[in-house]
Amino acid sequence: MTDAEFLLWVRGPAFTTATFIMCAGLVIRFLEIFLLGRKADLAEARGSAFAGGFRTMFKRSIPDAGSFERSGFTLVSGYIFHIGLFIVIFLFVPHILVFEAATGLSWPGLPSNIIDATNVVTMIALLAVLIHRIKDPVMRMLSEFNDYLVWFVTFLPLLTGYLAFHRVGLSAPMLIGLHILSVELLMVLFPFTKLSHAFTLWMARWYNGAIAGYKGVQS
Amino acid sequence: MSGPSFERGYNALKEEIDAPTAAFFSSCVHCGMCAEACLFFTETRDPKYTPIHKLEPLRKVWKQEYTFWGKLGKALGLSRPLTDQDLADWESLVYDSCTLCGRCSMVCPVGNDITYMIRKLREGMAAAGHAPKGLIDATKRAVTIGSPMGVKLPALQAQIRHTEKEYDVKVPMDVEGAEYLCLLSSMEIMNFPEYIGSIARIFKKAKVSWTLSSQAFEATNSGIQIGVSDIAAELVQRIVDVAEELKVKAVISPECGHAYMAIRWDGPNLVGKRFNFKVVHILELLDELRTQGRLKMKDKEARKLTYHDPCQIARRGGVIDQPRNLLNMLADNFVEMPETGKMNWCCGAGGGVSSNERADDLRLKTFARKKAQLDTINVDAIVSACSNCRIHLEEGLEEYHMELPLLSLTETIAEHLAEE
Repeated sequence: MTDAEFLLWVRGPAFTTATFIMCAGLVIRFLEIFLLGRKADLAEARGSAFAGGFRTMFKRSIPDAGSFERSGFTLVSGYIFHIGLFIVIFLFVPHILVFEAATGLSWPGLPSNIIDATNVVTMIALLAVLIHRIKDPVMRMLSEFNDYLVWFVTFLPLLTGYLAFHRVGLSAPMLIGLHILSVELLMVLFPFTKLSHAFTLWMARWYNGAIAGYKGVQS
Repeated sequence: MSGPSFERGYNALKEEIDAPTAAFFSSCVHCGMCAEACLFFTETRDPKYTPIHKLEPLRKVWKQEYTFWGKLGKALGLSRPLTDQDLADWESLVYDSCTLCGRCSMVCPVGNDITYMIRKLREGMAAAGHAPKGLIDATKRAVTIGSPMGVKLPALQAQIRHTEKEYDVKVPMDVEGAEYLCLLSSMEIMNFPEYIGSIARIFKKAKVSWTLSSQAFEATNSGIQIGVSDIAAELVQRIVDVAEELKVKAVISPECGHAYMAIRWDGPNLVGKRFNFKVVHILELLDELRTQGRLKMKDKEARKLTYHDPCQIARRGGVIDQPRNLLNMLADNFVEMPETGKMNWCCGAGGGVSSNERADDLRLKTFARKKAQLDTINVDAIVSACSNCRIHLEEGLEEYHMELPLLSLTETIAEHLAEE
């Protein structure tokens, strides 16, 4: 297989397969959660479950002052790499073209040099997060293979993206091919690992806020 | 009912897992922030007290029973199934080092209600026979005697006689058609009988129609602390039967945190039907009387006061503004502790921890958190509204050589009532 053939394969059959696995996997995950159901609350409500759930879905993105004091590093590094990921995934012009081809939707992007800088900052934040996970006694105890795997498959597309952008070492088709392949790895693992928190956290926040809201407590 | 067994425990855990539980476990990214929200971690720095870690047995059951890869792994023998030893190993984490205070559920960035799941895990632990002896004994006494502390009706009658004589009030008993059925906690009957005199005086002056019941006076519910819903339901049903028989409009939960949770929020779900009467916490009723102008004070409390929010009343129960309204009526100098209301730090003794002797040392160690809070505000007295918090706070203050009076909000209001 030549470098060009490799690129065609990752952009074609491999991408279709990864997309299918990710979507089917997510549907399975959602069904696994929703089909478990939840008993109706028979206690007389004091507040609104809907308002509480809806509010908490958004409010939980802003931590309370005490958490900032006690878990400052986790919060700041977490904010940086999540926002960084959002910028490099959704605001890099070549990425927007891929989304446009798939969905027909398009939006303005940022200049490449800003994306490149953001990518570097995001990688540094992720490295700091990894070191923290290994060094912090609580995180070290909680962490399993899954947590490190998830870190690795998140970091890899950023690294291959950086190498492809700066044309380091290999041919351009091979570098872009490797970058796309690393994204496909992320997509395939997405539904079956902690990565799915990107979707399930909205449900978790909803339930937490709804349970509290029903009782008239803001959460 | 058959005796406890691992199989029963495992099945109980399977039954407890619902959509919220699955959403919560799916979302945890092991960030560790819940540790810093838990006083058992902050005061010991021992990672094993990380709230989400306490749920490991429940998570294992969820994964192996309700996820595709977990089921596959289990079928292929790739993952180790939950064992009775796992539950035994987790017993002290689930019962000694969690007061169900709910603070972790407030800080989790993905929104996990960890406390909701600890309550579920306790159902399985108890069914498998891995609950602390102190809680098992208290629960047995609650079922057979009617009170976790073994308080019988004659003891209550003696306190009533004493109260009626001391305050020149009538304490109504078994009055059909009364507006409110008032419940008590055993601790109030045995340790703080002034509470009975206080409500009698307040209700007399505010002209509240109320009664106690000789059949159901106990509000606390060991069943929800140990995690046995059958027993919890039986204890709630006793109150429901009496409330319906006496045709009261509402039941008043006393100054006790988990009693409020048990009757107000868990009660209808435990017995499986909506109540045809209301449930109010005594602080809710007092605040209502205040807004109606039925609480007249003769003077104000001169001391600088702060308020300790009992977790099940405030963070888990939603009664946060009422005590503050009452305190501002009662005192000119009411100050808040740092991190208060829904973010208050637990006293360290809720959720059955105070009934569990094995946890005594840990419970007093974690009081350092409350001490740190109190050290910043320099008050003359602490007010609270839970007799369990009150007993533990008094013990903690003594342990840490702090001389601070501990007041009940209801009792303090009664002391400042205007004369007729």
